[in-house]
Amino acid sequence: MKLLTTPIRAALLSAAAMLALPHALTAQDFSGETVEWTIPFGVGGGTDVWARFFAPQLSQALPGQPNVVVLNVPGGGSITGANQFATRASSDGLSILGTSASTQYPAILGDPRVRYDYADWTAILASPTGGVVYADPKYGVTGPEGLETLKAEEIRFASQGATALEMPVLLALKMMGLNIRPVFGMESRGAGRLAFERGEAGIDFQTSSAYLNSVAPLVDSGKAVPLFSMGVVDAEGNVSRDPSFPDLPTFVEFFTEATGAAPEGEAYEAWKALMIAGYSLQKMVVLPKDAPAEVIAAYTEAARAIVNAPDFRERAGEEIGVYDQLVGDEADAALQAALTVDPAIREFLTTWLSEDYGVRF
Amino acid sequence: MFDIALSALGQVMSVGHLTFLVLGVLVGLIVGILPGLGGIAGMSILLPFLYGMEPAAALGMLIGMVAVIPTGDTFTSVMMGIPGSSASQATVLDGFPLAKRGEAARALSAAFTSSLIGGLIGALVLSVAIVMARPLVLSFSSAELFMLTLFGLSMVAVLSGRSLTKGIAAAGLGLVIGTIGTAPATGEARMTFGIDYLYDGVPLVVVAMGLFAIPEIIDLLKRGTAISNSTPLGGGWMRGVRDVLSHPWLVARCASLGCVIGALPGLGGAVVDWIAYSHVVQTSKDRSQFGKGDVRGVIAPESANNACQGGALIPTLLFGVPGSGSMAVFLGGMVLLGIQPGVTMVETRLDLTYTIIWSLALANVVGAGLCVLMARQVARLTQVPFVFLAPFMVMIAMFAAFQASRSMADLVALIIMGAVGIYIRRFGWPRPALLIGFVLAPGAEGYLYQAVQFYGMDWLMRPGVIIIGLITVVSVFLGLRYGAEVSSEGASDVADQQTRGRQMAFASVLIAAAAFCLWESIGLSFLGMVFPLTIGILALAGALGVAFCIRRGRVAEIHDDDASGAVSGTWSGREMYLAVFAALVGLVWLIGFVPAMALFFPAFLIVAGKARPLQAALLTIGAVGFISGITWAMTLRLPSGIIPPLLF
Repeated sequence: MKLLTTPIRAALLSAAAMLALPHALTAQDFSGETVEWTIPFGVGGGTDVWARFFAPQLSQALPGQPNVVVLNVPGGGSITGANQFATRASSDGLSILGTSASTQYPAILGDPRVRYDYADWTAILASPTGGVVYADPKYGVTGPEGLETLKAEEIRFASQGATALEMPVLLALKMMGLNIRPVFGMESRGAGRLAFERGEAGIDFQTSSAYLNSVAPLVDSGKAVPLFSMGVVDAEGNVSRDPSFPDLPTFVEFFTEATGAAPEGEAYEAWKALMIAGYSLQKMVVLPKDAPAEVIAAYTEAARAIVNAPDFRERAGEEIGVYDQLVGDEADAALQAALTVDPAIREFLTTWLSEDYGVRF
Repeated sequence: MFDIALSALGQVMSVGHLTFLVLGVLVGLIVGILPGLGGIAGMSILLPFLYGMEPAAALGMLIGMVAVIPTGDTFTSVMMGIPGSSASQATVLDGFPLAKRGEAARALSAAFTSSLIGGLIGALVLSVAIVMARPLVLSFSSAELFMLTLFGLSMVAVLSGRSLTKGIAAAGLGLVIGTIGTAPATGEARMTFGIDYLYDGVPLVVVAMGLFAIPEIIDLLKRGTAISNSTPLGGGWMRGVRDVLSHPWLVARCASLGCVIGALPGLGGAVVDWIAYSHVVQTSKDRSQFGKGDVRGVIAPESANNACQGGALIPTLLFGVPGSGSMAVFLGGMVLLGIQPGVTMVETRLDLTYTIIWSLALANVVGAGLCVLMARQVARLTQVPFVFLAPFMVMIAMFAAFQASRSMADLVALIIMGAVGIYIRRFGWPRPALLIGFVLAPGAEGYLYQAVQFYGMDWLMRPGVIIIGLITVVSVFLGLRYGAEVSSEGASDVADQQTRGRQMAFASVLIAAAAFCLWESIGLSFLGMVFPLTIGILALAGALGVAFCIRRGRVAEIHDDDASGAVSGTWSGREMYLAVFAALVGLVWLIGFVPAMALFFPAFLIVAGKARPLQAALLTIGAVGFISGITWAMTLRLPSGIIPPLLF
């Protein structure tokens, strides 16, 4: 029955947090209104679950406690729903959008189907994630010293697509000079893991929660060997160890130890840009930028109340992980920095994607 | 293990748990009955209840909803000839003719009894398999899954009726339509005409509604009677139960088939009913009634599709990889409850695992029981003059189509597929073959590509591939030998030799579509091109073959159920009805769904149905109120039109 009581306690806590707010900010009142939260993905997917975790809390924490409903608009790898939001969203705070890496990447790459612009939006909350690259034990590789062994093999990697969530992983593997043969068209990362478990793929990647849940048991039983975590990349481009995997080297550490030199050049800059836009800010709540200041302030306070609630970590569980959630200005500044990609880097990415994987722009 | 199973049973039978389970079952039945809605819509009703619920009770509720969708959808398939969900497509073939014959109650009770037994077998298999299915699921790689899609395609041999050539051409057209959209291997756009809507492909609901619902609605309107053209036979209700009990092995075989297919992640429930249907055709001695109302044609798919849910839970629980669309939703629900499915959960939370299994069994019993209670009343609908039901069915079809991607383009696509549907029906091209091709196209391409990438040409030598290949060959052989008597398109007309020109004209439309597919595939990268090129050639060869046969006057290919009318110059009015529906779509686009229906209902009822104004008003209020209520309760969307937003 513990689960039954926690949300109530959480509600009380967030209500208490709200009472503590300065009065000026409670001028915005959403009572009796319905906030429509567009999720450009299907029901039951990662972003949907993330939104449905936050939706009732947002409803509690916003002034006037509006009804928050999740509206799933799947299609086009999230481009359809984001386009629809860009054309239809009202700027009164009653329309919000949840985005993910697959919404950010096409915008960075200049996909012709994208008709949304992150510059029109302001971020309220950003949830980071990380991930781990692991390999089949048959290669006998356990760390950076085995890079030469890996280089000698042709390794298959089951991926959703060249421009999907795995893009920085593909780039990282390319930078190390591995002979990777990606097999595209997987329905999900889960399907990719299944291909790894069947022995079809020799190397695989999972985001933090999926890794902890489904790959860690494989590692324990000797069926998978973790190589490196993607690390956490901050807005300045500094890479640090992932708090979920403090014992695993980051990609940068792995690269440096294996090759004797730190990664550098256009590829590394591009990798960092992809990591910031797709991992450090993986999932975001955004509002149209022209929303009134008090609406944005009300959302910022609500987001802050949610993530600062003492039991947030406990309830967040593995899905959200141990990562620090970015709120308000902090999230927005990170978003604007992440989406301002140097044209040279964009050029590098599009050239790489079309040369290696035949992606057309 | 047994004590855990027993204590889980005790928990499931508690009042609190049962209440939530029944709530889930009710929601599942409603979304099953409404075509085009599936687990996703059901989920959005149940989600608000999920927060703060005790996990075991919440799981019971979710399972209750997911388990009975293939039970509830039978109503729509049997009564209206519309596949209620993708799991009941094959039920239409014999269920609807039974209803037309006045035996709706028999068909329904046979379906529910088979659903019940199938569902229980599914739960039984799940309880045994959950502890040892891991190697089985892992042994099915992309290569075996590709062979299974080929096996699915081989069902065309059974479902082609008199002309295999026509079946191949129809399946080819289905494959061509299924190829529209983004190539799985390269992400290239194919046959999209630059329209954003087509990038994700045409939704299954739109194709199924267009091919089956629209032509049947128009056909029934043309006939101007009730769905049932004879008085109901007494005692049909018990007769259906007896029908099932006299075929115990058929039920057991189809249920096992359903479990296995459900357990393979990636193939999903969309083909399981067709495979079961073909199985019953191939193994029956008397095949003369299939497609015309053989109750075995209802029993087979219905036993399989409920068992399929039990099977689909295996990969969902063991690997955290959903076995079907509604399982993806169930998976999301579990994550929201803080339960991460996977082998860890199965091994460490055996209590939850057994709660799921018991709930599955119980939900099947409750769901089938409720359906049987409703069946007698609902069966009476077949006696109502169809002109009163038609606007309701049109509304439901459009509502369902719109839920596919919430775009007006869904409705336009529905009308276009409806136009294909009415001619394909008139000229006797097997629609099931087209649907199978469409459903399997993405899987066939994706898995073949993956198999070749992972294994090179060695994939052909895998034992699983060889076994499934042999089964496919046997199935094609049996299908060709015995399938000829199965008719899905009704009887032709005596004057059909005289309208060969029109039949040729329609065949040339198909030739053009196949040629377009070929033309589009040139210029794509190798991996994006191979599949459309192959199926384009197949479709072109099939369509040319049919055209050639029609020209030579071969009886098997010639079919026109409207030939006499066409020869004597009387117009059947099909195009007029389609134009009315198209105009309705235009109206929806202008003023929104609910206002458009509020105008369409009384107009149609008074003009076509000669209804009294009061009667028309009451029916309109009922229908519009119903659809608005459903939309509100499920937090769905309806088209809002372009004019109302300007006014308010």
